[in-house]
Amino acid sequence: MQVSLIVNGRSITQDVEERTLLSDLLRDGLGLTGTHRGCDTAQCGACTVHVDGRAVKSCNLLALQVQGCEVLTIEGLAEADGTLHPMQEAFKECHGLQCGFCTPGMVMSTIDLLRRTPHPSETEIRESLEGNICRCTGYVNIVRAVQHASARMET
Amino acid sequence: MYSFSYHRAADVEDVRAHLNNGSDSKLLGGGQTLLASLKLRLAQPDCLVDLAGLPELRGIQQADGKLLVGAMTAHAAVASSTEVKGAIPALAYLAGQIGDPMVRNCGTLGGSLANNDPAADYPAAVLGLGAVIVTDRRRIAADEFFLGMFETALEADELIVRVEFPMAECAGYIKFKHPASRFALVGVFVAKTAAGVRVAVTGAGSVVFRVPAMEEALTRRFDPEAIAHIRLDEAEMNSDLHATAAYRAHLVNVLARRAVRAALN
Repeated sequence: MQVSLIVNGRSITQDVEERTLLSDLLRDGLGLTGTHRGCDTAQCGACTVHVDGRAVKSCNLLALQVQGCEVLTIEGLAEADGTLHPMQEAFKECHGLQCGFCTPGMVMSTIDLLRRTPHPSETEIRESLEGNICRCTGYVNIVRAVQHASARMET
Repeated sequence: MYSFSYHRAADVEDVRAHLNNGSDSKLLGGGQTLLASLKLRLAQPDCLVDLAGLPELRGIQQADGKLLVGAMTAHAAVASSTEVKGAIPALAYLAGQIGDPMVRNCGTLGGSLANNDPAADYPAAVLGLGAVIVTDRRRIAADEFFLGMFETALEADELIVRVEFPMAECAGYIKFKHPASRFALVGVFVAKTAAGVRVAVTGAGSVVFRVPAMEEALTRRFDPEAIAHIRLDEAEMNSDLHATAAYRAHLVNVLARRAVRAALN
């Protein structure tokens, strides 16, 4: 079946099998391998992307379900000149990563958090990260990065 | 995942036609449980009928002293709705406790109820408030809806359209989250409504259930201590690697008292 959607601002039309997951379309169909396939069971959150501005797990959606939607992946965050998104910058500043595998999902998920709650408390940040697992257990700096971004994005 | 065909339904008639065309079709709401079970090859439908294109199944409104929530309304929409927070705060709180933020952006009320997972949150609110499940053909009282583990009163070709929640004088929901899945190891919803006090328990048994002894005690005195002595029969509780039946029976009492306290606040 054919699916049409907008990915990082570009209109895309692809032929997909009905059972193709959004994560598979992004990675295998469009070569956007920044969206990571971690557990493939909707638990780890490494595959988190935005669909129409909301964070979702792309391994737990069919590509056909996002027909006509706007998808934003980690590749679509930085500006054309390479300037990082404030959340990416904050993860870099605060060293909010160790191996980096969970990072794209963490960044996409926490951008959605700040959309809903521009000034989250530490508890709110930790609660909102329930769906993103860092196996290096680097949460202290991840939380710090989100606080840093929250302060930055305000100004 | 085994292969299947996919159909984005245009309206309720179209849904019904697909469910009655002789193939094994399943309805796709947010897909947060269905897709996971397809990946595990626990199901092999011929066709998925996607309900995403039916705006009439989405939305939250108040009418005739009731709160109406469309079947395709996402958990995140219920959790953040000022209407729900104002009318039945415990329901908004419960929706915000389901899964994680990404799951809540996709998962739907109707999907949760039709699936009727024994540890799901929404069945506790629907039974605890004495809500009515409105389908494409009839109205089903919560007391008649949840029949058993993953089993409901829905016909094979029946579609949930919305749920009508009666307003509560006060209500509270407390769950003990399984730390990995965030499903309720045990969850208790307590509500004081015009129809009386109701106590609904999820996660503890094979299906959500009420606790008449607690309801009677709370009707006499709506206070956590009024139910402190009421213990549930271990023989009726689930037992698995996460918690024994005795532990679940204990949790029901502890969480019910906390839920009453939450309702009073």
